[in-house]
Amino acid sequence: MKTDIRISRTSNAAKVAAILAALIVVILIAAPYWAGRADLRLMGEIFLYLALASLWNLLAGYAGLVSVGQQAYVGFGGYMLFALTIFAGLPPLVAIALAGVLGALISIPVAALIFRLRGAYFAIGTWVMAEVFRLSFAQVSALGGGSGTSLPTDIVRSMADGRSEREALAYWLALGAALFVVTTVYLMLRSRKGLALTAIRDNELASASLGIDIWRTKFVVYVVTSGLTAVIGALIFLQKLRISPDAAFSVNDWTAFVIFIVVIGGIGTIEGPIIGTLIFFLLRETLADLGTIYLMVLGLVAIVVMLKAPQGVWGFISQRFNLQLFPLGYRVERHKDS
Amino acid sequence: MDFLNAVVQGTLLGGLYALFAAGLSLIFGVMRLVNIAHGDLIVLAAYLGLTTTVVLGVHPVVALIVVVPAMAGIGYCLQRGVLNHTLGDDILPPLLVTFGLSVIIQNALLEGYSADPQKMDAGALETASVALGPLSLGVLPLLTFAIAVAVIAGLQWVFYRTPLGRAFRATSDNQDIAQLMGLNKRHVFGMAMALSLAVTAVAGILLGIRTSFDPSVGGGRLIFGFEAVIIGGLGNLWGTLVGGVILGVAQTVGATINPGWQLLAGHIAFLVILAVRPNGLFPRISG
Repeated sequence: MKTDIRISRTSNAAKVAAILAALIVVILIAAPYWAGRADLRLMGEIFLYLALASLWNLLAGYAGLVSVGQQAYVGFGGYMLFALTIFAGLPPLVAIALAGVLGALISIPVAALIFRLRGAYFAIGTWVMAEVFRLSFAQVSALGGGSGTSLPTDIVRSMADGRSEREALAYWLALGAALFVVTTVYLMLRSRKGLALTAIRDNELASASLGIDIWRTKFVVYVVTSGLTAVIGALIFLQKLRISPDAAFSVNDWTAFVIFIVVIGGIGTIEGPIIGTLIFFLLRETLADLGTIYLMVLGLVAIVVMLKAPQGVWGFISQRFNLQLFPLGYRVERHKDS
Repeated sequence: MDFLNAVVQGTLLGGLYALFAAGLSLIFGVMRLVNIAHGDLIVLAAYLGLTTTVVLGVHPVVALIVVVPAMAGIGYCLQRGVLNHTLGDDILPPLLVTFGLSVIIQNALLEGYSADPQKMDAGALETASVALGPLSLGVLPLLTFAIAVAVIAGLQWVFYRTPLGRAFRATSDNQDIAQLMGLNKRHVFGMAMALSLAVTAVAGILLGIRTSFDPSVGGGRLIFGFEAVIIGGLGNLWGTLVGGVILGVAQTVGATINPGWQLLAGHIAFLVILAVRPNGLFPRISG
């Protein structure tokens, strides 16, 4: 009998999870045929929050860029959808994609400016930037100024024939966006860039000494997440059909909730935002009647998690059971040949 | 003339912003903590002031006697009970915990006082003004500015002339060695937060006399305070006053050109200074 050491990337748990995930995705794709209208809407919202949370997690949990101003891109994406469809007459789907491209483009000068701030000051700098976005869009009278505007019905109608078809399309777009974001994050973290990113997260000084261009790596992550966040923003306001500066650039809706989701689920893991989103919506659907108290509970839960279990729910589970559903790292296995 | 008036009024407004910022600057200088809940604590102080004036039937300025110690006490307990556990090399825990705190304070105020805008009644002080040549200066803004100067001078004195200030500077320089020299850093941090929130109490009361407030305005105050700190340079208290004044002037001049541009002009002034001098105008410590 000899002992063999093998290096593998995947594990049985990950294989089982992948099969289960594929099954769930198939069931979810078919949802318009089995779910009610309200459920469909709720699930669409869940997917969009999951996407936002995964993006914020990539930014804060991996690149160390703790932003409290991602609502800048949510609102920007939403407004681009409205502007491009109303003024340029583009079909909504094209406008959504273009909103992402424009979001990425505008994040370049923003990054050049706020990357000068470090740590917590970076965080508030991003918030200032989001305020600049909000106040600027409130000045545009063609988009309704401070009171906002609605998506004209003929644009909404142009998406698909009939109301249920439109709702199904909005749902699929949300599901597709969530799947796309999670897959992108996963593939990015498995790539060379992701390895650099993880190294930076673990020790910035050491990774710089190994020749990783920290500024560039973070910059790329910021631009990519901003562009994708703008796409999600466009999808969010495609669902809402109405936009106003306060709703589009709400720090509570698009950043505070997202941060709670990531912190409660487990920051710096792919699974964390997924678990966090489920917990968040579970709490929301059960405690929504409590109004403001529900938000206080949410704040309290986030504080307690941060103080007592900073790795979040998923971090706790994965440490306890040595689980990783998205195989990112390599593991050494002792393999016995008999 | 309008322009000169805007500059003068903006300068006085800057005093209030410097008061928002002084507490932030103080705790950042001592323990590198950025308190995202700072703006909501200012609003909390305003509500405490409002309750004091209503319950005791006193003038808002007299309410300071109650609100300042109350906020200082809250600050000490908050630091020892919660925030001390978050301090370390990682910036994420203090950021997220104070963010959570911000949401809790905001919604607790909403629950307790409703979303209706409130205002403190300061009687004649609100409308009194003195003429200075062609300009008419409000007594309240003048008083605010004088208080801001006095508070910053006071903080400066505490920092460089008292044993407590020595403890602040020692822990700021090196926590471990300060600890070895017999300082209890947990207590020192508690005192720093107490002092920070005592300043917040003054800022909150002056805010509450000047304008109406509701539970949601904290975020905006945090941003103004933060911008004043960055413009002035991290860790420099007098720089904070300059930062506040620059921000105030930018806002009032912006508002003179177009009423919709007030806040935007302030933010743009901040971004321009950031682009030219990332460490602010007079930095003491690096971020």
